[in-house]
Amino acid sequence: MDFATLLQMLDATLRLATPLLLACLAGLFSERAGIFDIGLEGKMLAAAFMSAAIAAVTGDVWLGLLAGIGASLVLSAIHGVASITFRGNQLISGVAINFLAAGLTVVVAQSWFRQGGRTPQLSGDGRFNPITLPFADAIRDVPVIGPIYFELISGHTILVYLALAMVPLTWWILYRTRFGLRLRAVGENPAAVDTAGVSVVGLRFAAIGICGVLVGIAGAYLATALQAGFVKDMSAGRGYIALAALIFAKWRPWYALYACLLFGFLQALSLRPDIITGVIGFRVNGQFLDVLPYILTVIILAGFVGKAIPPRAGGQPYVKER
Amino acid sequence: MDVMPKWADVILIPLISILLAAMLSALVILAIGESPWAALKLMVDGALGSTYGWGYTLYYATNFIFTGLAVSVAFHARLFNIGGEGQAVLGGLGVALACLYIPWPHWSLALIGACLMAAAFGAAWAAIPAFLQAKRGSHIVITTIMFNFIAAALLNYLLIGALKVPGSMEPATATFPPATHLPSFQDMFNFGGTTFFRGAPANVTFFVAVAACVAIWALIWRTRLGYELRSFGHSESAAKYAGISPTKIIMVTMLVSGGLAGMMAINNVQGEAERLVLNAVEGAGFIGIAVALMGRSHPFGVLLAALLFGFLYQGGAELALWTSIPRELIIVIQALVILFTGALDNMVRMPLERLFLAMRRAKQ
Repeated sequence: MDFATLLQMLDATLRLATPLLLACLAGLFSERAGIFDIGLEGKMLAAAFMSAAIAAVTGDVWLGLLAGIGASLVLSAIHGVASITFRGNQLISGVAINFLAAGLTVVVAQSWFRQGGRTPQLSGDGRFNPITLPFADAIRDVPVIGPIYFELISGHTILVYLALAMVPLTWWILYRTRFGLRLRAVGENPAAVDTAGVSVVGLRFAAIGICGVLVGIAGAYLATALQAGFVKDMSAGRGYIALAALIFAKWRPWYALYACLLFGFLQALSLRPDIITGVIGFRVNGQFLDVLPYILTVIILAGFVGKAIPPRAGGQPYVKER
Repeated sequence: MDVMPKWADVILIPLISILLAAMLSALVILAIGESPWAALKLMVDGALGSTYGWGYTLYYATNFIFTGLAVSVAFHARLFNIGGEGQAVLGGLGVALACLYIPWPHWSLALIGACLMAAAFGAAWAAIPAFLQAKRGSHIVITTIMFNFIAAALLNYLLIGALKVPGSMEPATATFPPATHLPSFQDMFNFGGTTFFRGAPANVTFFVAVAACVAIWALIWRTRLGYELRSFGHSESAAKYAGISPTKIIMVTMLVSGGLAGMMAINNVQGEAERLVLNAVEGAGFIGIAVALMGRSHPFGVLLAALLFGFLYQGGAELALWTSIPRELIIVIQALVILFTGALDNMVRMPLERLFLAMRRAKQ
């Protein structure tokens, strides 16, 4: 494998890791506040559909992004009402949201566009287009640094940079602000937070709100940046991979970045079987690479490579009187 | 301490939840410009209007009985087995191996053999997450989700590799030998010239499913193991104090659960397709969640809920055929049922409890 191919691979890794990273950070906010969210997949799918639909109708991708975030927030609100207000089972609520999105996106897409459950192809301003960073063309011919800057760092859509910027921001919010401290506390011991006079319900709703926005951006990225339009089931398990990455990262922002890059790299590899064969000399099954994130997560969960301990109050509805 | 009479808990709440789900579904149909009433009529006609429709309804219901029971058994021990899909995939693999590589003399023996293999494979696929939950504390929901994906990839790998018919491009096994053919309802209900259920896939597996309901009822409410399982579900610490081993309960529950999900394969793989194809399960593993929630984890409730979902599935297929409503509408209905009977249970329960309390006070 030569240098150019390596850059191509890393470039693809970055593009494929972005939706995972956004969804993973979304899950991180939610789960750190004690709300399990296996509905990431559904929210991503709903956001992908709404962003593509609105972008196709208006021709403005930013309106599409807003609509995508809106769709994701609506599902987040359902999750919040079910699991916070009515103290229902968070896992079951998540499952319901995944199915709701899987069904509604196709039903509505068919009703609006009549193209077999997809949206029209997006082009021009209907998509997020790659942006060339300053000086990228100027230093393109400098050896090593030039191609790295031009190929790998420059030339992505704005959402890729946004996702990367969210990592330090998430870290800062969680570990350096009062809100972050309370958020983490409410996931570990909500009774203590309540005793301190801070609203558990309010904090948890705030957390799933942030979660909805982030995973909404992830969905919009899928339909308007990575691909040009919505197709049925286009999230293709990414919400679950993001959950896997979250466990892999043990619910910490920087590790989430590394986990998502790793899983993104695996996805990039499975798209290019010729490269694997070229490097290691024998054929690796594509399916194996696709499920490697899941297998790795099971191994991590089994505690063979350090123990993954979830937030202590995760999954339990908070009852004040108890 | 029971605020409500039992009938309200068992019948009234699920009924209200279903009505809410149905109302929202009707709104969805209305929103996409079709008439809910016409849609309902089409569904009833298509699913229940002929023995052919019934044949499909019962075929789907058979799948859902197995997966619904699988989820229910786990619910009783307060375990959420979301991996019915993957376990059913593995069950299909077991059935395929049994039917392809063992020369069965008669279908009845083949049925028993396939049942055992399906249950063994499904149970084995549930065993690893169960072990990890029992011994390492890894959350069973996450591990079973992961195992669904791993199962799908494994089947994919086998069907384009070792199990594929040499020379064929299709990712499927060879057709099973004729001796393994299970009698369909068409074969069974053929009285002097009038054939019922013509061309429908319902088969003898339906009776196996009903028998499984009875067996699971007996297991949960009439055996020592069932008692231990339910006490573990009510309070883990109390069960431990009573000398019940959590490891044993988690393992046994999940093995039974996985085995039931796996046994679905005798219906769809041996009974209908008579060969193993990709995506043979078609989401039935997940519908098991809705069925179990609606059936209140009771085998009889599961049977009724499975029939309802069988009706929805067959009716939905008819809708997709005759109107512009896509098949995915059924997934929306399924989601709403899970939402209202599962996650939003308290939304229905809390006002009802207040109502019953007020009525009791008024009486005194």
